[in-house]
Amino acid sequence: MMNYDVILVGGALAYLGVLFGIAYYGDQRADAGRSIIANPYIYTLSLAIYCTAWTFFGSVGLAATTGVYFLAVYLGPTLMAMLFWFVLRRIVRITKVHRITSIADFIASRYGKSGLLAGLVTVVAVIGILPYISIQLKAIAISFNLLRHYPEVRMAAASAQQPVWADTTFYVALVLIVFAILFGTRHIDNTERHEGMVAAVAFESLFKLVASVMVGIAVTFMIFGGPGELFQQAAADPELAALLHFEVVPGGYGGWLSLLFLSMMAFMFLPRQFQVMVVENVNEAHIRKAIWLFPLYLFLINLFVLPVALGGRLIFSDSDVDADMFVLALPMIEQMPTLAMLAFLGGFSAATSMILFETITLSTMVCNDLVMPLLLRAKSRWLAGRADLSGLLLGIRRAGIVVIILLGYLYFRFIGETYALVASGLISFAAAAQFAPPILIGLYWKRANRRGALIGLSGGFLIWLYTLLLPAMARSGWIDISFVEMGPWGIEWLKPYALFGLEDMNIYMHSVFWSMLANVGGLVFGSILNRPDPLEQVQGSQFVNVMERERHDGDSLLWRGVVETSQLYDLLARFLGPQRASEVFDRYGQEHGGYPLQADPRLIHHTERLLAGAIGAASARVMISSIMMGEVLSIEEVMTILDESSQVIEYSRRLEQKSRELEAASAGLREANDRLRQLDRLKDEFISTVTHELRTPLTSIRAFSEILLANPDMDVEQRSKFLGIIVKESERLTRLINQVLDMAKIDSGRIDWRIETIDLRALIQDAINATSQLFCDKAVALHEDLGERPATIVGDRDRLIQVIINLLSNAVKFCPDQGGEVTIQLRPLANHWRVAVIDNGPGIAHDQHKLIFEKFHQVVDTHSGKPQGTGLGLPISQKIIEHHEGRIWVESALGQGATFLVELPGK
Amino acid sequence: MANKILVVDDEPNIVLSLEFLMKQAGFQVRTAADGEAALAAIAAEAPDLILLDVMMPRKNGYEVCQAVRANPDWKAVRIIMLTAKGREVEREKGLALGADDYITKPFSTQEVVERVRELLAEAD
Repeated sequence: MMNYDVILVGGALAYLGVLFGIAYYGDQRADAGRSIIANPYIYTLSLAIYCTAWTFFGSVGLAATTGVYFLAVYLGPTLMAMLFWFVLRRIVRITKVHRITSIADFIASRYGKSGLLAGLVTVVAVIGILPYISIQLKAIAISFNLLRHYPEVRMAAASAQQPVWADTTFYVALVLIVFAILFGTRHIDNTERHEGMVAAVAFESLFKLVASVMVGIAVTFMIFGGPGELFQQAAADPELAALLHFEVVPGGYGGWLSLLFLSMMAFMFLPRQFQVMVVENVNEAHIRKAIWLFPLYLFLINLFVLPVALGGRLIFSDSDVDADMFVLALPMIEQMPTLAMLAFLGGFSAATSMILFETITLSTMVCNDLVMPLLLRAKSRWLAGRADLSGLLLGIRRAGIVVIILLGYLYFRFIGETYALVASGLISFAAAAQFAPPILIGLYWKRANRRGALIGLSGGFLIWLYTLLLPAMARSGWIDISFVEMGPWGIEWLKPYALFGLEDMNIYMHSVFWSMLANVGGLVFGSILNRPDPLEQVQGSQFVNVMERERHDGDSLLWRGVVETSQLYDLLARFLGPQRASEVFDRYGQEHGGYPLQADPRLIHHTERLLAGAIGAASARVMISSIMMGEVLSIEEVMTILDESSQVIEYSRRLEQKSRELEAASAGLREANDRLRQLDRLKDEFISTVTHELRTPLTSIRAFSEILLANPDMDVEQRSKFLGIIVKESERLTRLINQVLDMAKIDSGRIDWRIETIDLRALIQDAINATSQLFCDKAVALHEDLGERPATIVGDRDRLIQVIINLLSNAVKFCPDQGGEVTIQLRPLANHWRVAVIDNGPGIAHDQHKLIFEKFHQVVDTHSGKPQGTGLGLPISQKIIEHHEGRIWVESALGQGATFLVELPGK
Repeated sequence: MANKILVVDDEPNIVLSLEFLMKQAGFQVRTAADGEAALAAIAAEAPDLILLDVMMPRKNGYEVCQAVRANPDWKAVRIIMLTAKGREVEREKGLALGADDYITKPFSTQEVVERVRELLAEAD
């Protein structure tokens, strides 16, 4: 028997040695800048740290009693993987931008770098995770105790009945403490990333997968004659057959759903999961591959769970072998020592990776978010005097590891031993789920603030404590069991498994229901009822908008103080060590072309983020502010400063806005002025043009009148010629004055429209009659094409006649002296009447088609070179037609005559 | 030898009245209906004085005035601008371009004749 002990201990230590070697190699390579973990496969394997001894041993244990129920724990992460691209990528981006080092850091950063919140998260994480650590210790110890009696399959006595020094579990804990310290706290990193650890975890994931599949294959194909035979035998036993149906699931669909929910949340928000998935992620693109690769891993590792469980039930039907140990006991009873050793090491691997990584992660959180802030507060002067704090940080972390693993051992010894592996694990899952609301809601809802997160998280945690942890203690005899059965002091509605009378529920579902209600409710209402301070607002909007912005220097705006670069260097050197600090500063200098004597906000911000990597965001902020002000400030004082500086920012922002408004107003004024000036100019031009047009006929009238007056003896023929000119020019003047008045009336809207139902056809006829003299004078032929039916429209008869007369006289005017022809058409369209006046004159160039409808724009007659008419006829016609909601335009080309078209809506 | 006058305007009736007035005053008169015709007439035989309308198609009065003043051969030609646009700037522009006098339409027949006589007397 002694022999086996040596082999087992030697095997386990050798395995840990190999792991250590991998971790060491990984760190070396990372330092050399040639990362071995920078690929999606290692990333995916590292995510499989999710699969612990719970999976390796516990799934079979659970499947042996409740069939497919165990699957929910793996369907949850599979579902979550589908959401990776939306949720995880966002979290990873934020973590990179803000140099976040842990889940506590993440939540604290989101809610205004709240030290209090970081501490609370740490406490919840440590207490919540203890049951989980305990089951790993338990699994290692039980499997060790089982295998050391090989080939006899005999369950060892419970540890609690032995003194501590005779308890295998205790020694397992001690060994793991040593390794955790060796692995995790060799130096303080400025990013708090552990490449070597991740490489080791990936190796362990591969190892436990291989071990699990090998055992599965051996059981299915060697012990039994393949899956067909195995399931046939199981189906013959009615009790086992029931395991293959969903009905056996405890709590029915509610139980499934709660397990699904818990595993989804735990997969993301267990501290170590957050660490490997988010903090250790080196490339966002790896997430894309993990989305399908990780579910594949889960599928493989679960493939043989049911066969092994059924096989165990069949073979150990009348022995006391714990179903949790079937994976190991089956190879043992079948005399397969190598496979048994592989199974033991597989379980050992699954358990150690969880314990090592979880405790290192937690101890960092304890150091950064719990101990350091307290030290900074209580003993700041003592701290300020110490030159190099990196040793202190390492010490705190090592102590953290020791305390956490020992607490896990205590939980195992006093509470956990009476529970199956999975039952204890689920208690931890429910605790990790408490981090989901502040993280997920904080990712998408800007208003979510610190007060809300504090209320929600503590509410959810207290309910978890009350509905899961305290009852577990009661069941182990540490509290009177009547607490569970009758409620505290016999108060029925306070029973921890049936809070407020919510009975007949799976205990996890019950706890999840109440704790999530308190958590989400507290977060939402706490946030709505409280105003966030400026830092919370800044952080909130940076987190929510992280995908929209590439880079952001928003933080640095908040540093308004003055600090010398050398002070920043000293600070960094104290936490990271002088060598690392000078490396960092040199790199900054290279990238930014040297660093200034007086640190600018960017350098301060840079230092803050580096410090945040070592001691967490909240502590880093306090440290920076302490040297900036020349003395150590309390967190509240820092907040006050931030508050004030943000008020200054707010004030200057308002000033800026005011000046922008003024600028806009004066720009508006300038524009209005320009427009007025433009109108002035147009009006001036109009008056000048009108003046010119009026003076021209007047000139002739005056000249000839004076000539006639001065020459009374002029011959009759000449006299009557001059008189004729005077009459003609007077008429022209009259016409012009009328049109100008018309135009003015229409422009000012003072015209009286007499709207009535009229026949457009008859109206055109009247216009033709009125202009018949013009046609006769110039011998222009008029073709009428007006159809037979009356064309009823609604409008002002006199004005419309004016338009048609204008078009007809224009047509005559521009017709050639010989062979002039004008056609007037009236055509019905769908809802309109169209009048066309077509001449065979010189036509109008295309660029003139719009201009001719402008006031005083005249078409030059190519015959005489003299524009004819007043230049107001067409503009007035256009106004009239537009008033009737019709339109008027010209179609023409030079040398091809012109067609003026009018469309008026029919009645 | 009677002085030669060129009357330039695009309004036939105004040309007619000015032609009548100038002939009655004893001058030799030619006419043109636009700027280009005016320049052609000047090039054919330089007049002693031009009565020049401003607003005309195909080269306005200002352009004609400028062209005449640009040619040293026509230095002696007197120019009176006629315009119906009564703004002061127009008058200034005309004088700046080298016109000798400026008359606003509608004009007094007596005044036109007097101004023409005065200018021609100055030239002699």
